[in-house]
Amino acid sequence: MFIIGEKINGMFKNVSEAIATKNKLIIQELAKKQLDAGADALDVNVGPASAEPLADMEWLITTIREVTDKPIAVDTTKLAVMEKGLSLAGPGSILNSTSGQKEKLDILIPLAKKYNAKVIALTMTKSGVPANAEARLEIAANIVASAMEYGLEIENLFIDAIILPVNVAQDHAPAVLETIKQCKLICDPPPKTILGLSNVSQKTVDRPLVDRTFLVMALASGLDAAICNPLDKELMDSMITAELLLGKQLYCDSYLEAYRKK
Amino acid sequence: MEQAIEKWPGKIYELIIGATKETGGTRSKVVKIGGSNTLPFLFFEGENPNPPAIAMEVWDIEPTDWPDVLKNEYGSVLNDPTQWAKKCETLGADLICFRLKSAEPDGKNASSTEVAKTVKDVLSATSLPMLIIGCGNNEKDSSIIMDVSQAAKGENCLLGMATKENYKTFTAAAQSGGHSLIAETPLDINLEKQLNILITDMGFGSDRLVIHPSTGGLGYGFEYCYTIIERTRLAALSGDKMMSQPIITFVGQETWKTKECRADESEKPEWGPLKQRGILWELTTAAGYIQAGADVIVMNHPAVVKEVKNYIQKLIK
Repeated sequence: MFIIGEKINGMFKNVSEAIATKNKLIIQELAKKQLDAGADALDVNVGPASAEPLADMEWLITTIREVTDKPIAVDTTKLAVMEKGLSLAGPGSILNSTSGQKEKLDILIPLAKKYNAKVIALTMTKSGVPANAEARLEIAANIVASAMEYGLEIENLFIDAIILPVNVAQDHAPAVLETIKQCKLICDPPPKTILGLSNVSQKTVDRPLVDRTFLVMALASGLDAAICNPLDKELMDSMITAELLLGKQLYCDSYLEAYRKK
Repeated sequence: MEQAIEKWPGKIYELIIGATKETGGTRSKVVKIGGSNTLPFLFFEGENPNPPAIAMEVWDIEPTDWPDVLKNEYGSVLNDPTQWAKKCETLGADLICFRLKSAEPDGKNASSTEVAKTVKDVLSATSLPMLIIGCGNNEKDSSIIMDVSQAAKGENCLLGMATKENYKTFTAAAQSGGHSLIAETPLDINLEKQLNILITDMGFGSDRLVIHPSTGGLGYGFEYCYTIIERTRLAALSGDKMMSQPIITFVGQETWKTKECRADESEKPEWGPLKQRGILWELTTAAGYIQAGADVIVMNHPAVVKEVKNYIQKLIK
């Protein structure tokens, strides 16, 4: 599956400190470590506390680009920061994210097209995250329609069905799994599906256990990509094993190693 | 009507066998195999840059077990591997597959020094790129392969057979002599992948391996082997790097031991002339494996080699 490493985010203390002190090494190490652990792309978020998000995003991306050409997911809600980020990150980057209301899609999808970027689109609108699968799918269908309207290739569209923390919204997990399954039926070729995985385990006691269990369930429902922590080896092992059991990789005794040799 | 074209993310490694003067060897040419990014002969869909190569077998002792139909084609050269190799060159072989049968512990039990010397002699006699295959006894092959590899150093041969039991010695030998390696597994696609991982774990390049998934003779497991080759190729094209190596099959060896190629006409009159049976059997088997996706076909009968080369030419036209 397509893994977007979540560790370069200003909400983590080491990253916010690195941004404040302009410590390139910390960011570059985080980039390399995540890629070595199996990340296919890197999420970059300046964090909620950033006083200068535009400058911080620019610094983060140029710092990462000194050590890797891998795709960057520009993670921001601010339009100017998004445009700056996509322009610096280069073609094949990922716009993270747009929500499902028309006025957002009308701005962000053309922006992604302009910079040849992929799009992560959340199944939520101004009124929030719907509790059931049907309402999520209705938003997903509107997102697909917008993508078609603006000529974004559907393979470059990732629908995020939004998983909420299990300790506050327990009924959401089954709805998310159902949405992932049915997203495949919207059109052919279908949009890809993605999850911001770690959200599911917010404030739970054993976060890694909750994360990897849900990832395996979502994979079985057809999930294509996840924003998660690739440095969690058990999470990655569970993902590789789930893909093996789904027949996506040929079995051999060293299948974990074989996957990592890719 | 619109053509449905499959686009594969994977590609078979391209492997060069042999080294010319420019690359540190003494061969007159090199043979390239693999490199495909689609199924065999689907030229409309992708690239199949290198046609299947034909290797002809040469043994370092006379193959007393061969049926006369086959022996008569070679006559007196069967006693002399250097002359035998030269003959194969004139018969149109792309490669020489030199078998160190003399090392068999139950037979002549030749020493590593002896077999290494014949390897050098054959390399001098022929300028074709070479495959060098042990006697088939794991223990004995492990004890001779280092000397064999050194004797052929710089010639970029293809050494075999690395198996689950002996791969460490074979990998070290191939590495030190600068050769590529055939990894052999007993008709099991999962073990096939595992052996490739074990060999590459030793630092051996995954682009320097050739897979021998075992060869089933026609009527003796051919279909099973065919599907394993097909599945291997599909896994490779889907992006599995541990399955993306070229494939070799030993068609001659599995043909001439079958009863269909040996039974006398008086015993089986309904099977037709013995002289034609073996030829048809080897030809049909080779054609089948070529369709499956084999990159190197090891063969025996000169008339069949000629026919198969024609067949390949027609397929790639």
